[in-house]
Amino acid sequence: MKRKLVTGLMMLGICLISGVAFAADAPGGAGIVSMTVLAAGLAIGLGAIGSGIGMGTAIGGACEGTSRNPEAGGRILTTMIIGLAMIESLTIYALVVALLLLFANPYRALMG
Amino acid sequence: MAASIHPPMLTDFISGPAFHSMEAFWNKWGVTHEDLNNILNTWIVMVILIVASILVKNRLQLIPRGLQNFWEVVVSTLEDVVVQIMGEHGRPYFPLIASLALFILTCNLLGILPWLQSSTNNLNTTLALALIAFTVTHVVGIKEHGTHYVKHFLGPVPWLIPLMLPIEIIGHLSRILSLSFRLFGNIMGEDLAIIILTLLVPYLVPLPMMFLQVFTSFIQTLVFIMLTMMYITGSMEEAH
Repeated sequence: MKRKLVTGLMMLGICLISGVAFAADAPGGAGIVSMTVLAAGLAIGLGAIGSGIGMGTAIGGACEGTSRNPEAGGRILTTMIIGLAMIESLTIYALVVALLLLFANPYRALMG
Repeated sequence: MAASIHPPMLTDFISGPAFHSMEAFWNKWGVTHEDLNNILNTWIVMVILIVASILVKNRLQLIPRGLQNFWEVVVSTLEDVVVQIMGEHGRPYFPLIASLALFILTCNLLGILPWLQSSTNNLNTTLALALIAFTVTHVVGIKEHGTHYVKHFLGPVPWLIPLMLPIEIIGHLSRILSLSFRLFGNIMGEDLAIIILTLLVPYLVPLPMMFLQVFTSFIQTLVFIMLTMMYITGSMEEAH
């Protein structure tokens, strides 16, 4: 476990350092275009993690509840669907930020 | 890239000439060709719903046939949903909820057909629907409770008011944000996924995503009206 943690941290460090190296190559440094694309990717990527875990827990609870009491299956299903839509909406906010950055970038005047 | 994709639309016959002939006027107000297409597609939804209802309205029979059968199923399902969530005193709000549900459902499903666009893939349409829901909850609360409606925002204990009042106001305003963004993000995200998949592999591969689109359309309609009903019920009942 400790080895995996150290390996992960080293990979992260290499990525960050190499980012600076790329900036030295491109004229003008890590410009707004590259930062925008990076931000869009990170926004939706990181935003989907929590939603995935939360939805998995919710569906697990719904399956368990239905197995304990099959007659309440319909009500449990309805509650689960609503709960899933609520959780999903948080990732949708992140998706909207990513779409905003890619298609309606407020800094497009600076993008050269 | 995908924002500049302009798929051919049935409504381009009207919006094309309308946009290009008055281009200075539209540009002054920031209206794009896509916005015109969006509005025209909501008109198509209106025409579909109104015509389908008028065909049945004057010829109601005791033993339903055909279109009346379909409408009876739809209306009775919606009625069950409304009465189940809102209770018996929620019946006066059934026309509002059913109209919202039918409009959103037809808008969402229309995008699956070729040459038509789901109007809810634009933030303007979903914001309008969310504002309707928000306004109705507060009008219902004021109508039901009068000035005591403020007690809904004040929390359980008097000395908590400076804390509870901003939190409740922000929470209520965030309902507009969440309702509009949820519907917009789901439908627009689905549309974008299908557009990008179609750009990559136009044959057969977008088909599972289109099944998902049907499913998502129904679910998002259900979630929107469930939330609207719960907000209306919350403002009708006594303050905590």
